[in-house]
Amino acid sequence: MKFAVVVFPGSNCDHDAQYAAQHVLGQQAEYIWHKDTSLEGADVVILPGGFAHGDYLRTGAIARFSPIMAEVQKFADAGGPVLGICNGFQVLLEAGMLPGAMLRNRSVKFQCEHVLVKVEQTDTPFTTACRSGQVLRIPIAHGEGNYYAEPEVVARLEKNRQVVFRYTNAEGMPTDESNPNGSVANIAGLCNEQRNVVGLMPHPERACEMALGSADGLVLFESAVRSVVNGVGGHFSRTVAAR
Amino acid sequence: MTIAADVLDRHGLTPEEYQRIVDALKREPTLTELGIFSVMWSEHCSYKSSRVHLKTLPTTGLRVLQGPGENAGAVDIGDGLAAVFKIESHNHPSFIEPYQGAATGVGGIIRDIFTMGARPIALLNSLRFGPLDDPLVRRTFSGVVAGIAGYGNSIGIPTVGGEVAFDESYTGNPLVNVFCLGIAAHDEIIKGVASGAGNAVYYVGAKTGRDGIHGATMASAEFDEKSSEKRPAVQVGDPFMEKLLLEACLEVMKSDALIGIQDMGAAGLTCSTSEMGSRGGAGVEIDVSLVPQRETGMTPYEIMLSESQERMLMVVKRGREAEVEEIFEKWDLHAVRVGEVTTDGTLRVRNHDEVVAEIPNRALTDDAPLYRRPMSEPAYISEARQLSLASLGKPATPPDAFGRLLASPTIASKRWVYRQYDHMVRTNTLVLPGMGAGVVRVKGTHRALAMSVDCNGRFVYLDPHAGAQLAVAEAARNVACAGGKPIGATNCLNFGNPERPDIMWQFARAVEGMGAACRALDIPITGGNVSLYNETDGRAVLPTPVLGVVGLIEDADTVVRRAFRAEGDAVVLLGETRDELGGSEYLEVMHRLIRGVPPALDLQREAALHRVLVEGASSGAIRSAQDCSEGGFAITLAECAIGTGLGARVDLQAVASTAGFGDIATLFSESASRVVVSVAPGREAELLSLAAREQVPARRIGVVGGNRIQMAIDGRMVIDEALADVERAWNTAIERYFEPARAIA
Repeated sequence: MKFAVVVFPGSNCDHDAQYAAQHVLGQQAEYIWHKDTSLEGADVVILPGGFAHGDYLRTGAIARFSPIMAEVQKFADAGGPVLGICNGFQVLLEAGMLPGAMLRNRSVKFQCEHVLVKVEQTDTPFTTACRSGQVLRIPIAHGEGNYYAEPEVVARLEKNRQVVFRYTNAEGMPTDESNPNGSVANIAGLCNEQRNVVGLMPHPERACEMALGSADGLVLFESAVRSVVNGVGGHFSRTVAAR
Repeated sequence: MTIAADVLDRHGLTPEEYQRIVDALKREPTLTELGIFSVMWSEHCSYKSSRVHLKTLPTTGLRVLQGPGENAGAVDIGDGLAAVFKIESHNHPSFIEPYQGAATGVGGIIRDIFTMGARPIALLNSLRFGPLDDPLVRRTFSGVVAGIAGYGNSIGIPTVGGEVAFDESYTGNPLVNVFCLGIAAHDEIIKGVASGAGNAVYYVGAKTGRDGIHGATMASAEFDEKSSEKRPAVQVGDPFMEKLLLEACLEVMKSDALIGIQDMGAAGLTCSTSEMGSRGGAGVEIDVSLVPQRETGMTPYEIMLSESQERMLMVVKRGREAEVEEIFEKWDLHAVRVGEVTTDGTLRVRNHDEVVAEIPNRALTDDAPLYRRPMSEPAYISEARQLSLASLGKPATPPDAFGRLLASPTIASKRWVYRQYDHMVRTNTLVLPGMGAGVVRVKGTHRALAMSVDCNGRFVYLDPHAGAQLAVAEAARNVACAGGKPIGATNCLNFGNPERPDIMWQFARAVEGMGAACRALDIPITGGNVSLYNETDGRAVLPTPVLGVVGLIEDADTVVRRAFRAEGDAVVLLGETRDELGGSEYLEVMHRLIRGVPPALDLQREAALHRVLVEGASSGAIRSAQDCSEGGFAITLAECAIGTGLGARVDLQAVASTAGFGDIATLFSESASRVVVSVAPGREAELLSLAAREQVPARRIGVVGGNRIQMAIDGRMVIDEALADVERAWNTAIERYFEPARAIA
């Protein structure tokens, strides 16, 4: 199967996502330039971390206008699995493919460190291989990861079980101390209503080998493989229909 | 036209240097030419005071692929790959405008690396500031850290390590030294040369503005109360532009269409055109009216001297222009043809049809002034070397001194700093910051590279020759602790005003010491940077010759970190502790004193120690290793335990010292060539016999375990603290200056 890693000017975790998919997981992973207009038959699309277009405006605000984004939208509409990591998550928010927005971290500083996140939903293409409630140790590296949405939007996200990842302590409790950036309801990642588009601030691609301090992130990539093998559109549209 | 004295003065040129210009040109210079000479002959670009000394450093070796003189040095790391690295200072701009000064320092050193055809994969930095209780220092410190983070994070190169130290002398003149390392295939290394008459000279990157004009000249003068007026001479960085340049240049380099490339750093277009021409034995002719400009009405003088960031100059093979232009178009960059290579060895600058400067390259580069500045031993030295412990009164109790040293910002955790740096991007970082030397793996191979930047300015102040040797030893030792065999180095020499004989003496002695140590340890210096005039109102910084050492780890799986690994492991002290409190952190923290003689260093013993560390790491006998530096053994033991949840219990042999100071010397002496290692119980004998073979003193002093840090001397307990308390003191010492509420909680 084939991963597509979209490269925006200023993406800087594109190599890392490609490496995790191809060299750690042994799958095919191709770069797709943001000016391209085809995903070239990819089974999974990753929007990687970085500083697309320098992020001098709001993070992700310009990247959403890249030609490839129309294809990503179409791919997602057809039920294809899309993962936005960090800056990629921010792009998904700006593109309206996921609800909410990012504020600066409450520390008002860039923060790079390992954090703990709990997997709350296992019926997305990036969490099927997880145990529900599993706590992963994955790094964050961002200055604007303080997720915000209106209270009614957060309520809807909770009701629809769209909060996929939450910052918690080792026991899986979403305490204030375990919230690294001030995100509302400790939200670290979420999915769309169709559950095939997932965005998260932590970097699973940086936690795929024990040599780097943690291999907890690999399960997201393994989930993607498992989902595709089980049939992408079919499996997830059935999930949606069943609800 | 005749140049008035005040014009010369503003250009930082002496009347003698002016005469030299007239002799070289055989006529009076134009104002543009004067500007060009002034930046190329500035201390920053010409190394006119330092060159005679730098020539004595060892720069060759079997692994050296590129020594000094290019944009960066390169050493062979096997598999047909090279490590390309260099360190550079951005001290002066960082004091005037901390964020942008530091950010553009990062941008500059990254360009030096990818200009060589290497992909940058790691950054380190070596920083010095005044004491943190000064609000102005806190502003400078946080601005510098934010600037380094802002640039490095955005461009996506991890900052994997470094050092930060604090001393009064840096209050008005912080040091910001940035190191970058990249990887290139041997046959892809590209140089900063212009050759082949008629080949096109291309300008690519950001447009040229009026920022940074005379930055190099500014960096070659001392500070006074008017320095803040120099803020316009600090450039503004655009990491996104640099990211595009980096990717586009690496793509172009793969195409084999380039003759040479150089970044426009200090002295901008002037330096790149004249140096590339000079290296290639050719001339370069450009038309400044073709240079993309950000502002209107810029004069040729301003265009030639601008230090706007993120710009490159390239010489393209004839017939390959379209190919090159197309790659830059892809990245939304415009490569503009601004001139061509000539045969006459002259830098010729036109503005449309008018020639505004015409200077032989040699006059700007090889024939720049060279000074053998007078030197004399500073008056302070003989007095400062006298240290009478007896005159200090009653020594502190070990627990009191231990607590205060742990909380000294120079020793304490730098988490507040490195948490702001993306230290994991590129997924190569095998050792996280704060865990020892920076270590990154080299993808596609089984190897890893360890790197460390070090210098203790107090030792250099008390004895420049010995202090510089200790800096070399410490940097190499840190690399060896991780299991890396030191294979190359780069230096950043930060000193005061070289026109003062006492400063020049410090410089010359330090370079001599550094050279001797590098020769003894077989570590060639492949390039670096000199930063002089680090003074404010006539007060120089501690002489700070920082050395960055790169070490090769053959098997990335055998990397060793500072932290204890398992309960029951043996704690072994390699090396010997002596009564050596001279220049120590203990004297600084407890008595506000920089006095005495630095610790003695036997370079042969140091080299033997490195062999033990490298072999012990690769065999797996050594499970953790941390060298003893500031704060001595007691601090090192704490550092091995912090963050592991594992305490330790050790018993040391007493060191004889002046009455009453025995315990203090045993615990806090900064004797060189010492490392605390932990060893699995079954492999203790193996390590001890390896040490014996190399004649490195080694003694099992205790065991890992429990939740306390316990140190005894000859069976008498002198420090017994809960690990949690030790961690709290060490972790919060810097943070409490910035987040008082959180640190207390």
